[in-house]
Amino acid sequence: MNASPFATSARTATNRRVESVGKTVLAGVTALLILPLTAILGLLVIRGAPALSMEFLLEAPTAGMTAGGVFPAIVGTLWLVGVSLAVSAPVGIMAGIYLNEYAKANWLTRMVNLAIVNLAGVPSIVHALFGVGVFVLFLGLGTSILSASLTLAIMTLPVIIASTKEALAAVPMAFREACWTLGATRWQTIRHVVLPNSISGILTGVILQVSRAAGETAPIMFTGAAFYLPFLPQSVQDQCMALSMHLFTVSTQVPNVPEAIPYATALVLLSVVLLVNMFAIAFRTYLRRNRKW
Amino acid sequence: MEFAIKASGFSAIFFVFAIFFFVFSTASEFIFEKMDFVEFLTSPEWYPTSLSNKRYGTLALLAGTVSVTGLAMLIAVPLGLGSALFISEFTSGVVKEGLKITIELLAAIPSVVWGFIGLAVMNPLIIEVFDAPIGLNVLNGGIILGLMSVPIMTTIAEDALKAVPDSYREASLALGATRWQTAHKVLFPAARSGLLAAVLLGVGRAIGETMAVLMATGHAVQIPGSPLDSVRTLTATIAAELGETAAGSDHYQALFAVGVLLFLLTFGVNLAADLIVRGRSAR
Repeated sequence: MNASPFATSARTATNRRVESVGKTVLAGVTALLILPLTAILGLLVIRGAPALSMEFLLEAPTAGMTAGGVFPAIVGTLWLVGVSLAVSAPVGIMAGIYLNEYAKANWLTRMVNLAIVNLAGVPSIVHALFGVGVFVLFLGLGTSILSASLTLAIMTLPVIIASTKEALAAVPMAFREACWTLGATRWQTIRHVVLPNSISGILTGVILQVSRAAGETAPIMFTGAAFYLPFLPQSVQDQCMALSMHLFTVSTQVPNVPEAIPYATALVLLSVVLLVNMFAIAFRTYLRRNRKW
Repeated sequence: MEFAIKASGFSAIFFVFAIFFFVFSTASEFIFEKMDFVEFLTSPEWYPTSLSNKRYGTLALLAGTVSVTGLAMLIAVPLGLGSALFISEFTSGVVKEGLKITIELLAAIPSVVWGFIGLAVMNPLIIEVFDAPIGLNVLNGGIILGLMSVPIMTTIAEDALKAVPDSYREASLALGATRWQTAHKVLFPAARSGLLAAVLLGVGRAIGETMAVLMATGHAVQIPGSPLDSVRTLTATIAAELGETAAGSDHYQALFAVGVLLFLLTFGVNLAADLIVRGRSAR
């Protein structure tokens, strides 16, 4: 009788305790996730530091890859990313426009959408099989930048199609209807209303694939990336080195590499990938804030 | 321009089917004409380069994939779903955005970098902690692969939790339930199919991962008896051997057959996830 009717009951107290314990555990779990990202970055910086310098970025590997830098690998990665995106971005964006703006809702479209979703989930090594079989052998392109880039393009294509469709679908239908009512054709509507309102979202999707293409190893291993080349590629028919492939090579294939070299290579690769990603994220955040609808 | 768009649309469709068709057709000659189908799936003996008696059994490779993926999921599921719950229900504003961006960056780390971490960091660590002869094994690959599959799970699971209407939360809180009780008794059941899809997509990613397992699991074609045994997965086998095969040889076609197996596994898992999500939205 003397207890206040508003006092916390034992049960409520237990519930609160459970809640605070649970919340702490979840926070710990989430912290466990942030830990690897920071730990990996930190470790690469600390252990790679001895090798890292301007020369490391601007010189070729020397002494059987146990010294020197990664310049040809950086150039090779630029070639691969550039050529593959030059193919997959236009085709992917136009395919996305077709599927979102033109295709009729019938069984064929449904099947194509299903195929694209599943193609996005195909393991990268299966893309490598396809690249070797079709580009290198069947089409006779040999192991070259072209073969490797086309393999990467096939890999990034479904994701670009999907992100383009998503960006287009985010444009309200009313925008299109207003335009049609004024007598514009489908293409005029797309060109002057739908694209200006979605181009930034489309570009974000493409930028994210830049970082993915730069980081992939399996699809280029057998289609155009070389262990070591004494010269820089001159055309798309040459082979090239690549940062991701170079990391694999110096960490598994070459004996007696000083410890700092693979760490520094990994750091360069990871920095490229994370910077491109952060740029895409910043771009997206900026756009969301400035969206008109 | 309109023509170009339609042509691109159809060419993308063409590529999609070209991949299915090409990989299957290269493998089919091997599977249907040169190979005992049952042996291919049930024999643990993978000796494609043996001079006297070449054998192409994928059971040990399958066991490698299953063991590494299984261990990875033991790590990734609690981490992925737990962090999704935390981000979705217990954070807001800048903290939430920051965590989501971190998860996104974690997803962007290239698999060859993960493999390098397995090789250079986890390997000596496992040798020291478990007194194992070699640190490139199921445990190493499982941990690396687990961490790699978390971001996709967190992202999709967080979407699934976000999709639960706020009125569910409000009703539960109004009845005096704590946030924890709400999460546990209301949100998890309500988002069940989405969470399951998140787990399945993580599994699909783990099965298909190549470079990390190639570098972190050792190179022993065997059915593992303990987490400290080295294994080789389906993906690593293709990556390790494709460079050495002559085009059109049995071995080359056998690798395509392994690719088909891999394709069917990931296709099945992704399709299951797709159907589960679709089932939810239809309801």
